[in-house]
Amino acid sequence: MPNLTIVQAVNYALMQEMARDANVIVLGEDVARNGGVFRATEGLWEKFGDGRVIDTPLAESGIVGVSIGLAAYGFRPVAEIQFDGFTYPAFDQLISHATRIRTRSRGRFSCPLVVRAPYGGGIHAPEHHSEAPEAFYTHMPGVKVVIPSTPYDTKGLLVSAIRDPDPVIFFEPKKIYRAFKQEVPEEDYAIPLGKASVAREGVDVSIFTWGSMVRTCLEAAEKIKDRVSVEVVDMRTLSPLDTDAINASVKKTGRVVIVHEAPKSSGVGAEIAALIDRKDLLYLEAPVVRVTGFDTVFPLAKLEKYYMPDASRITKGIEKVMDF
Amino acid sequence: MTPMVRKKSSRKTKAPKSRKAVKKARPARKAQRKISRKVKSAGKAKRKTIKKIMLKPTALKKAKKPSRKIKAEARKPTVIRKISFPERFISEKAVSGVVKRFEVRYLQVLDKDGRCDEKLMPRVSSQDIKSFFELMLTSRVFDDKALALQRQGRIGTYASIRGQEASQIGSAFAMQDQDWMFPSFREAGAYITRKTPMHLVLQYWSGDERGGIMPKGINNFTPSIPVGTHALHAVGFAWGARLRKDRIVCVAYIGDGATSEGDTLEAMNFAGVFRVPVVFLLQNNQWAISVPRAKQTAAETLAQKAIAFGFEGIQVDGNDVFAVYRAAREAMDKARAGGGPTLIECVTYRMGDHTTADDAKRYRDARELEYWVQRDPIDRLRKYMQKKGLWSQEYENKVAEEAGRKVEEAVKTMESQPPPNIEDFFKYTYAEMNQNLKDQLAELMEALKEQQERKE
Repeated sequence: MPNLTIVQAVNYALMQEMARDANVIVLGEDVARNGGVFRATEGLWEKFGDGRVIDTPLAESGIVGVSIGLAAYGFRPVAEIQFDGFTYPAFDQLISHATRIRTRSRGRFSCPLVVRAPYGGGIHAPEHHSEAPEAFYTHMPGVKVVIPSTPYDTKGLLVSAIRDPDPVIFFEPKKIYRAFKQEVPEEDYAIPLGKASVAREGVDVSIFTWGSMVRTCLEAAEKIKDRVSVEVVDMRTLSPLDTDAINASVKKTGRVVIVHEAPKSSGVGAEIAALIDRKDLLYLEAPVVRVTGFDTVFPLAKLEKYYMPDASRITKGIEKVMDF
Repeated sequence: MTPMVRKKSSRKTKAPKSRKAVKKARPARKAQRKISRKVKSAGKAKRKTIKKIMLKPTALKKAKKPSRKIKAEARKPTVIRKISFPERFISEKAVSGVVKRFEVRYLQVLDKDGRCDEKLMPRVSSQDIKSFFELMLTSRVFDDKALALQRQGRIGTYASIRGQEASQIGSAFAMQDQDWMFPSFREAGAYITRKTPMHLVLQYWSGDERGGIMPKGINNFTPSIPVGTHALHAVGFAWGARLRKDRIVCVAYIGDGATSEGDTLEAMNFAGVFRVPVVFLLQNNQWAISVPRAKQTAAETLAQKAIAFGFEGIQVDGNDVFAVYRAAREAMDKARAGGGPTLIECVTYRMGDHTTADDAKRYRDARELEYWVQRDPIDRLRKYMQKKGLWSQEYENKVAEEAGRKVEEAVKTMESQPPPNIEDFFKYTYAEMNQNLKDQLAELMEALKEQQERKE
C-alpha cells in the first residue's frame, strides 16, 4: 500500500480514474507539461497525452465554461483552478450554468464536472492565494462541495466526485498538501459524498470542522484531553451536509464548537448551528460556539497566523462551552 | 504547436513531418484551399468592399514624416522579414515596420432592391429559395403571434426577432441535423428552421422549462439568458466532438452586446487555440437594449474581433439570406474539415423592442427604423423571387395561411399542456434529490395541503 501525502493522493485518484474511464479529462492552467503548480497532475500528460490532459489559456471562466460544454457532450472534465481565490472569475459559469443545466433541460443534459482548487490559508502566500470561499458554493443550489483532510479520504472522495453525475467543487487544503503521509490503498474505493467521519471520538464536546482545521482541532483536543473528552467530526462534504452525523454527535455530547477558517458571518458554521437548533435544541447543554476566521480580508503572511484559528483559540472555545 | 506559431514559422524551422501526419493534414488543407479560392473569386466582385485594418507600431504613428523606407515597408502586404527561431520573439536590431496586415471581407449577394450578384450566389436550388422565403415568412407570423400572446397575458416576456429573419434562417438552414445550435434568447427563426416544434418555443416563454426539452434528433442546446456566457458551452461541446472525431459543428448564436462580454472573448480564444469546429454566428442588430453598437466597441467591425484570436471573421449583410447562408455554409464546411472556427457578423437590425418589457421609442429615432424597413429581409427576397418567377401573390397568400394555421396549432398545443409538477423544480436540482431537498419539498407540500384544507 503506497504511503502518500494529500497532493499525491489527488494525483493517484486522477491517474486511476483516467485509466478506468476514457471520458475523464483534465484541463486547466499549467496542468499538462508542468504537472500543475502544486504537482497534483504530475505525470498525467506523459501517460494520457494532449487529448486528455490539456493546458488551457489563462482564463478561469473559459476553463469552467468549456468544461460545461465538454460535460454536456459526455466527458467527465476535471478542471483545475490554480488557487481558491481564482475561482471567482468562474463563479458566473458555475452559478448561471453548471448548476442549472440539469434543471433547465429537465434532465436531458447534465454537468458531471469537477472543479478542483487548492484551498485555504497557512502557506504564507501572496494575496488571493489563501481564501476559504466554501460558503459561496454551499449557497449555490445544484453543486456539491467537498473538502477532504486526509490522503485516504482525498482519494476516495475525488473518485466519488469524478463519478458523480452533478458538478462538484473539490477544495484541497493546501496547508496540509504535504504535511503528512498515510497509507492509501491501491484498489478502487470510493467514499460517498455527503458523509462525515469522526476523526476523534469523545463524549464531552463535539467539534464540527473541515479542511486543514481538522488537524488543528485534533491538536487542540490532544492538548485538553486531561480535562475534556473532545469529539472531532470531519465534515468532508459541506454540500450536502451530513445532518445525521451532526445529530448523532450532538446527542452524544450536548456541547458544540464549530471551527472553520472562512469568515464567521454567513459561513457554513452558521448553517450547522441552525441545523442543530432545529433538530437537537433540547439536547444542548450550552449555546453553540464558533471559532473561525474573521470578517476581514485574509491578511498577508505576516499577520496570517492571527487570522487562522489555532489550537489555543479552539481550546478557549472548548472551555467556553464547557464552562457555560 | 498552436496554429499561430504554425503560420508564422518559416520553412527553415519547420520540423519534418511524418508521412502519416502529412496525409492526415491533407483533407483539412484541401478544404482550406477550396475556401480561399472562393474568397479570391469573391474578391473580384463589384459590390464587395474590403475593410483593411492595419496594425502599426506606435513609432510609426508618432513620426511626423516617415522615411521613404518605412513607407515602402508599410505598403508591403505580409510579414516584412522572415523571422527564424531565435528571432521569433524579438528582433536583434532596431527596426520599425508592419508586422502583419489583416483584412475583413464583406459579403452581400442580394441588395436591398432584390438585385442579385449571380457570381456570388451560393449553390441553392429553386426549392431552397422557396424554403428560405417560407421559413422567413412563417417566423414573422410566429413572431407577431408571440407578441400578441404576450399582450394578452397568455405568455410571459418575449424577445422579438423581427428584422433578423435572414440572419437566423440563412444560418440555421446551413446547419445539418447532427449539428448543434447554442441559442441565446432571441432565436425563434433559427428554432423554426431547425424543425423545432413551435409550441415548445412558446411554452418556454410562457414560463415552463419543459419548453426547453427538445425532441430527440432536434439538436438545440438549452436557451441561455446571460448575454455572452453560452459561447463557451458551444466551444466545449464542439471540442468534445472533435476529441471524439465526430464530424459535427456547433453554432453559437451571439449578438453585438455579447462581444463586450469577457466570456465571449474567452470562447473565441479557446476556439482559436484548439481549432474547435464552431461557428460564432453574431447577429449585430445594432442595439443591446438601449445601447447602440457604437458604444459596445470602438472597433470598426465586430467581425475583426476574430482576428485577435487567430481565425477568420467575415461581415455579411445580415438581411440578405443568400449572403448569410453562403458565409455560414462555408464556415461550417471549413469547421467540419478541421479548419477551425469562424466568426460571422451579420449586420442586421432589431426592428422591434428589446423584449415585450421594453419601449425602443425612448431611445431610438423613428427614421432609423424607416431606413431598415427599406432593407427588410423578406421584402428583398420577395423582389428577387418575383424577378425569377418564383413568387406570386397566391403563393404568398398560401404560405401565410399555412404559417398562420401552424402557429395557431402551436398555440393550442402550448395552452393544452397540463401544468408542470410542483416537485419538478426540486427534482432536477441534482440527479437524485438529497434529504435536505426532500425535507424542503415535504414542507412545501404540507403547507399547500393545509392551505387547500382551509379553503375547503
